[in-house]
Order: sequence, then structure tokens, then C-alpha cells
Amino acid sequence: MATGPDRTQDVRVQRAVGTLLRVGVLLAALVVLAGAVLYLVRHGGDVPDYRVFRGEPLDLRGYGAIVRDAFSGSGRGIVQLGLLILVATPVARVAFTAVAFAVERDRTYVLIALLVLALLLKSLAG
Amino acid sequence: MNTLAFSATIAAAAFCAGFLGSLTGLGGGFIVTPVLTILFGADIRYAIGASLIAIIATSSGAAAAYVREGFTNLRVGMLLEVATVTGAVIGASLVAVFPARLLTVVFGLVLLVSAYLTTRPRAEHLTADAPPDRLASRLRLDSEYPTPAGPQRYRTRRVPGAFALMWVAGVLSGLLGIGSGAVKVLAMDQVMYLPFKVSTATSNFMIGVTAAASAGIYLRHGYVDPGLAMPVMLGVLAGSTVGARLLFGTPTRRLRLLFAAVIVTIGLDMIYHGAFGGR
Repeated sequence: MATGPDRTQDVRVQRAVGTLLRVGVLLAALVVLAGAVLYLVRHGGDVPDYRVFRGEPLDLRGYGAIVRDAFSGSGRGIVQLGLLILVATPVARVAFTAVAFAVERDRTYVLIALLVLALLLKSLAG
Repeated sequence: MNTLAFSATIAAAAFCAGFLGSLTGLGGGFIVTPVLTILFGADIRYAIGASLIAIIATSSGAAAAYVREGFTNLRVGMLLEVATVTGAVIGASLVAVFPARLLTVVFGLVLLVSAYLTTRPRAEHLTADAPPDRLASRLRLDSEYPTPAGPQRYRTRRVPGAFALMWVAGVLSGLLGIGSGAVKVLAMDQVMYLPFKVSTATSNFMIGVTAAASAGIYLRHGYVDPGLAMPVMLGVLAGSTVGARLLFGTPTRRLRLLFAAVIVTIGLDMIYHGAFGGR
């Protein structure tokens, strides 16, 4: 049972992880919003069609390509960059939890968090 | 319908998804996928890509509040995450092999089973008076959570069973592009006997991590379309932020029933369209 000093440490970890999430989410939302405005100004009148699956073009698939596309000013590229930041928030959350458990000297959970992080990064890197 | 109206409608639906998803721990994907395929006739693969984004947005949006307030059990979440991420990687690597219609039927069945299990009655939670579980104590999984009557301590049990169920949840999640929050909530709620709000908040924390594990794979397959994902992400974030504020004061029984009704409806529809084609 987590009581006494244990519990206060847990609360500190909770605050820090909560703040990290808020910042990541806000940043992602702002980038997506900026891209959305550009995209809607340019293509708001088009008729969208997602009935047939074509797959995204290659410049919206790879991490490097998305960043290049975003910085070239493409609305869709900027949205995709914001989505990448969003996808990165859970990764950052796991990494940060590992650090927090290390500060608490909870070795079991440092290992668990690092294991999750390794699996996550391997899957994201493909 | 032009892109502006299309985006606005999807954003409104996504708001509801984020709202319900954050309160129930089911993730917004459960609503976003059927809305895109049934109402807008989108290909299931585009819908899956957008729903993954919805899940991550619900998770990160609500987790910011839940973790701070102490609803989320970080140790339970991280431990079970090992099982779900391993499962998700395997599930997602099978996705290119599976036909879209079979996927739809499986998805519908998952919804029906989830609805049945979430409404079964159960005891609220194990108090600190209950005998401690050896494995749960060693892993320091017992904790406390806020209630209107002040902080309430609770105990945790049957860790291996929950771990196994979580692995299955992970495979489903990778295969279907859903957070499979329903299975996660069940593992914690029914198997580990965590308080319902702890189960939903911890599930909410976990589904984002699991979904992120499959997001990379779906992105490379070209499933994530910015035009679809953009209104979904913004709507869900707004909805989950509002939902997260209401968790503390909401009676859980009412939420379970409401959501069970919603997922039964959607599940039946998905099975029908997956099995008989249509549209």
C-alpha cells in the first residue's frame, strides 16, 4: 500500500506527467489547427471522397518526408506534422514515467517502463 | 457536401466520441470508425487510420487531468502496457493480410461482447480491509483514488489473469486499429477488481500508448489521411477535455448502461455491413 512519503512522491510524479501531457497535446493541437486553416482556405470548397482507398502519397507517410512537406507550407503536411506530435505524446509519457520511477528508485518499474519504451520505439521505427 | 461542411460535421461527431471515450475509458475510436464508414461511406482503412488518431487524442487529452487528480494507477498501467504493446505489434503486422470485411465483422462482435460484460453487476472495489494479494503487494499496485467522500484506498488482485487478457486486447487493438479500451476496462474492472473510475482512467492512459505502437505501422501503409484525421483530432481533443472534467461527479452505473447501449447498436450495424456487404 502506497502511504506516507511514498504517496507524496507518487503525487509529484502524477503532477509532472500530467503537465507534460498537457504541453504535448496543446502543441499538437495548435500545429494541426494551423494546418487545418491553410487546408480549408485552399480546399474548403472541394468535394471530399474517401470511399475508395488509394493510400496516402509517399510524402505523407515517412517521418522525414512529413517534416519536409510541412516546412514547404503544405496544409496537409502541417496537419500530418501535428498528428506526429500527437503520436509522440504517449511515447514521451512512457519515457518520462521511466525517469520518474528512477528518481523514486523503483527499479522494477524503471525496467518495465524502459521495456515498454523499447517496444514502442521499435514499432514506430518499423 | 464540400470539405468545410464535411470537416465540421466530422468534428462534431468526434467531439461526442472524445466526450464519451474519456468518461468510459473506451477511447474515441469506437465511435469514430462507424461514423466515418456508416455515415460518410469512407473506406474502413481510412476510418481505422483516423480512429487511431482519435484514440491517442482521447487518451492524451483526458490523461492530463486523470493523472494529476490521481484516478490513473500508473504502476498498473505500465505493467499491463507490456502485454498490450507486445500484442499490438503482432496484431498490426497481421493487418495487411486480413480482408476489410472480415475485420468489420470481428469489430462488431468485439463490441457486443464488451457491452454484455460491462453491464454485468459486480462489487464496487476491494477496500484496504481485504487481504492483500502477494503479487499485487510486491508490485506495489494497491493505491488510492479521489471520491466525493475523500481519498479511498483500494486493493488489487489476480494480476496474471489481467495480464493475459491485456495481451489479447493488444492483438485486437493492432489488428483493428482500435484502442480496445473495452477489453482493458474489463481486465481491470472484472479481473483485478479496481474501482470503476480507476479502471477507466487507467485504460484511458494505456490506450494511447497501445495505439501509438500501431500508429507508425498504419502511417507507413498510408492509412492516416490528414483531411480526415484533422477534424477528428481537434473534435476529440475538445470532447475529451470536457469529459475529463465531469468524471469525478458522474455516477458510473449510468455511464456503463449508456455506453453499452451505444456499442450494441454500432456493433450490430458493423456485423450486418461486414457480413452482407451493402453500400
